[in-house]
Amino acid sequence: MNAVRLIAVFAENKPGQTARITRLLAEANINIRWATIANNGAFGVLKFLVDKPDAAFHQLKQNGVMVTFLEALAVEVQDRPGALHTVAEALAHHQINLDNTSGYVADRNRAILIVEVQDVARAATVLEQHKLHLLSQAEMLQA
Amino acid sequence: MYWNREIETMERAALETLQLQRLQDTVLRVAQRVPFYQERFAAAGFTPDDLRSLADVRRLPFTTGADLRATYPAGLLAVPLDDAVRLHTSSGTTGKPKALYFSRQDVDHAAELIARCLVMSGMHAGDVLQNIMTYGLFTGALVMHYGAEKVGCLVIPAGPGNSERQLMLMQDFRTTAIHATPSYALYFADFLEKKGVDPRKELSLRRAFVGAEPYTEETRRKIEAALGLQVFNSYGLSEMNGPGVAFECPQQHGMHLWEDHFLLEIIHPETGDPVPDGEQGELVLTTLCREAMPLLRYRTRDITTVLPEPCACGRTHRRIQRIAGRSDDMLIARGVNFYPQQIESILMGMPALGRNYLIVLEGLDELTVKVELAEAGFDGQVEHLARLQSRIADSIRAELLVKPKVDLVPPGTLPVSEGKAKRVLDKRSL
Repeated sequence: MNAVRLIAVFAENKPGQTARITRLLAEANINIRWATIANNGAFGVLKFLVDKPDAAFHQLKQNGVMVTFLEALAVEVQDRPGALHTVAEALAHHQINLDNTSGYVADRNRAILIVEVQDVARAATVLEQHKLHLLSQAEMLQA
Repeated sequence: MYWNREIETMERAALETLQLQRLQDTVLRVAQRVPFYQERFAAAGFTPDDLRSLADVRRLPFTTGADLRATYPAGLLAVPLDDAVRLHTSSGTTGKPKALYFSRQDVDHAAELIARCLVMSGMHAGDVLQNIMTYGLFTGALVMHYGAEKVGCLVIPAGPGNSERQLMLMQDFRTTAIHATPSYALYFADFLEKKGVDPRKELSLRRAFVGAEPYTEETRRKIEAALGLQVFNSYGLSEMNGPGVAFECPQQHGMHLWEDHFLLEIIHPETGDPVPDGEQGELVLTTLCREAMPLLRYRTRDITTVLPEPCACGRTHRRIQRIAGRSDDMLIARGVNFYPQQIESILMGMPALGRNYLIVLEGLDELTVKVELAEAGFDGQVEHLARLQSRIADSIRAELLVKPKVDLVPPGTLPVSEGKAKRVLDKRSL
């Protein structure tokens, strides 16, 4: 199964908190390929896909940041109408709930969806049955 | 194990006879020598002859912290100043401190009471006690120090703070027991966790004597689990020698209050009337053996309950429950009274939460509880944290009937003092 490892950070929702995290990552020469921030009142959770997850985890932990690893699926789809729908429908058909999803256009005709679900392995099987390509960590970093 | 079996297991009737003799003696001495009490007795129309039974103690006037501040620095001495060998002060958050004088015999008595406490917990000569309280004007460290020496322990006067050095001392001298505040014990547990030191494998700690701040049963269990030792709850206040007033036996169910030295009453904090045994109220103490500065019916402001039933350990001195709060610490938000410990109890019972919290009151009676998340509480999902937040708010609401705003914060965000923790921030301008 191809899955990607994200790092998730717990931070206060205050000016400068995101900058503190990104500065720590930059200092360790870590490249961020994808990021999301979800705020909930006083706190937020930042998620990153980085080129060196272990080094990033270590760097943050060392500096007293609360950090954990998350597994997600990176689904490659065509950059055309209905692409997200294919994925959503495949998962819905198997009663799999999409916890968090975000996407970006990787190049001229390819888009990548980062999909977080409860049961990663099951979702991966379902998507592969629908002939969808799941990127490995290595592929993702080249994408 | 007893330090003084005869006194510790004395029949109640004999103990009460002894209390009455000592109370009469104390009252007579202050009536002869302390102008403050002479005036109070005159105002109340009381003479020492009126004291015929222990119940008559209610005819005596109360002594308050404000009285001690008002008589600073002379104090309420019942002996010539030359007979005092030690001075401690107790600082309040506002105004002048309280001056507390000890005679040579008072110093020795304070040590005797600590010796009873330590031996009761299972300590003996050969134990190594690392004393992590502040040495100085505060009674906490010195009184424990003298008592532990009396037992024959090796005492390390470490003082508070500098966790690296605390750890080094524990390793080099194989410390078997510590004396600390609950907030420092928690802080130190965190420090060990961050350093990757497993206290069960790398340290020789077996007991912690924890006091000087009120804390909850949940906090006790958290300290015990994190440090791999047994926590004994210790109660004292500088006005009554400092630590050693009441202490837990191995049953860990209430603290035996040494009734041959202190006469205990529980009163309603507003009316001053006695409350029945088993009901919560303010602890009031009268010294029975104090030479330099006897205090009558001192209002401790500490809220507790007497456990009148006999204890399995065989001691006859009654137990008081852990301090539920200080009547000074009682908070009122949206018309509801509560103690910070009620909130602490809920927070410490949730494994997803860390050990540090802050209660903030601001604006027009807005109650906010800020609490640090524990490593175990973070799985990267913001939704789970939002759910945890509302679960905390609901639990607090069920307990206090006031729904707070709850803020989860990362570990290390809230201010930690290495001494007494600041748990309440009242920013209201009411």
